[in-house]
Amino acid sequence: MLDTLTIIAPALAGATAFVIVNNHARRMLLVGTALAHLVLTLGAFTAPSRPLFDGALLLDEAGRLFLLITSVLFLAAAFYTAGYLKRETRGNRQDMVEGSLFSNSPEARFTGCLLLFLAALSFVCMARNLGLLWVGVEATTLASAPLIYFHRHHRSLEATWKYLLLCSVGIALALFGTYMLALAGGGEVSLSLDALLAVAPTLDPVLLKAAFVFLLVGYGTKMGLAPLHTWLPDVYSESPSVVALMSTCLLNVSFLAILRVRQVLSAAGQAPFGNDLLVFLGLVSMAWAGAFLLRQTDYKRLLAYSSVEHMGILAFGAGIGGAGMHGSLMHVLAHGVAKGAMFLLAGNILSAYLTKSVSGVRGVTRSLPFSGPLWVAGVLALTGMPPFGAFVSELAILRAALAGERYLLAVIFLLLLAMAFIGITTAALRMAQGKSGIPARPEPMSAALPPLGLMLGALLLGLYYPAPLARVLAAAARLTGGF
Amino acid sequence: MLSVVELILVCLVLTNLVFLGTSRIGLCIRMVSFQGVVLAVLPLLGHGEFALSSLVVSGATALLKGWAFPWLLFRSLESAHVRAEVEPYVGYSNSLLFGVAALAVSVWLGGRMPLPGPGVPQLLTPVAFFTILVGLFGIVTRRKAVSQVVGYLVLENGIFAFGAVALRKAQFLVEMGILLDVFVAVFVMGIAIFRINREFDHIDSGRMASLKE
Repeated sequence: MLDTLTIIAPALAGATAFVIVNNHARRMLLVGTALAHLVLTLGAFTAPSRPLFDGALLLDEAGRLFLLITSVLFLAAAFYTAGYLKRETRGNRQDMVEGSLFSNSPEARFTGCLLLFLAALSFVCMARNLGLLWVGVEATTLASAPLIYFHRHHRSLEATWKYLLLCSVGIALALFGTYMLALAGGGEVSLSLDALLAVAPTLDPVLLKAAFVFLLVGYGTKMGLAPLHTWLPDVYSESPSVVALMSTCLLNVSFLAILRVRQVLSAAGQAPFGNDLLVFLGLVSMAWAGAFLLRQTDYKRLLAYSSVEHMGILAFGAGIGGAGMHGSLMHVLAHGVAKGAMFLLAGNILSAYLTKSVSGVRGVTRSLPFSGPLWVAGVLALTGMPPFGAFVSELAILRAALAGERYLLAVIFLLLLAMAFIGITTAALRMAQGKSGIPARPEPMSAALPPLGLMLGALLLGLYYPAPLARVLAAAARLTGGF
Repeated sequence: MLSVVELILVCLVLTNLVFLGTSRIGLCIRMVSFQGVVLAVLPLLGHGEFALSSLVVSGATALLKGWAFPWLLFRSLESAHVRAEVEPYVGYSNSLLFGVAALAVSVWLGGRMPLPGPGVPQLLTPVAFFTILVGLFGIVTRRKAVSQVVGYLVLENGIFAFGAVALRKAQFLVEMGILLDVFVAVFVMGIAIFRINREFDHIDSGRMASLKE
């Protein structure tokens, strides 16, 4: 029962946030709910989950892992948001890009949608019915769309429209794939994952493969796999940093949705078909993102393309299978905390320098005493340098590729990693060095502590996995890897 | 029973062709709502025996697709004060040509897909493919944000028809969840159109092109 509270509590808090008038009370509610959500999630690690609605909702090991990273990122986001909303000026103000005036959308709506978004994310983590899984993923789209339009100017509106339309259409194709999966079972089978796994060997192979393609395209759109990622850079660059951070959770749970479907495919003995597609899409995403990383002039878009690259790594690891799946799940955690920290730091840099252009920012280490060094560390964590978590996970995926004697794929994987490394470090480290044009000014605690916490997490994941986490990780890899 | 389902599927094909060939947004919206009302019959037929839950799903479908969506769309159209013409990038006769080609491709593709189990009409997969293609075409080739939402609804109708016939085991929670999601999606899109009109003084999504590499 404890685990369903991870859905119910943020949903109720979200609904309450819409009607609370007092700004301070609403911010406290946000932080309180985030803390409660983390406690509930950690509690769910120890207690076994009981199935609800005929097994439609059940927190299995894979769900636990994704719920944990969601919860941790949301806590950081909540702390940051509380301070961020306090610092945001009221009324009309000048747009730093074009100089026109704009205002913020109401704070109550922002907080409420943020909490509803968390509820939808928890729902996806727990859904063990492919129909409800779809309902949850679509709900995440709808809850997050108003968040993108927090700064009410025409660029954020354009990004919101693009996001709504592209993701809704992509997700609709996933629904078509879900129905096709039901048809592959003769239409009599329910969409529950357990029921599908039980009858998997009798599913019609042609329809099953077609269903997987539709589901991969659909959820792949939300996950940001190239070439379906076009909404992602626009959304990341035009929304507040907190929203970009929470979008990382969105990409993660879409990956979980793909893994759920692959479970059915593996049980039906069609794993190679799905794996090849995942490896292919993964490498395409890495290459595509790498090309845009090399000539990126906007640091928020830089982080967005880095997300596309990392989603490619996840898909590649999952497609390699075996230890690669384990590495891929480790990478979900390692990338999540590192990218989360980077988005918050990018937000701090933006509020100090008032520009998103890489060339407009110099000497971050001097002007921002907390964010500067963390930014440098974050760049290393994001590009897979030791001693951070992404190094361990990327190495695990590489080793899995080598162990499977897929040497060519391993070489391409390494080359693409190097390409992303060059792209990110040249831009981001240039921002850190040099003489700053603005006076040094320490950041407020609410802006410095959340990224610091996340970076410590990234460091921890590179050095030591706590025993319960390692156990859940191994079980989740067994569950989703199909071996 | 099967003949009623086939009749509904044929209705879907014809309304799709009207959608492609008409120049009035109002007629497009009415066509989509007509599709919705006709499709609302499917849950009653699809699940075999009559059940209260199918009646609820059917009623909710008719209410949302037949009344709520067109109402929302007409409202945002009125608030935008735009000429009620579709203004597509591709002309109407070319759109119809696309429709015919898409129909041929869908029939060919649908014929290659196996249909496990009896009681699933041969027409189902081709019509679903065709409706999805028409919806996608509508989204891509129509300038106005409202017509893009109509295209999305056509796409959704195709998928709904496919699901209502393919899923013969009633799954009340899932079906209601999907309806709720689609409703909220159209609602949020309606608000977005209202905002786009306020911000840009037009709802021409083709002119919203400041975000790109």
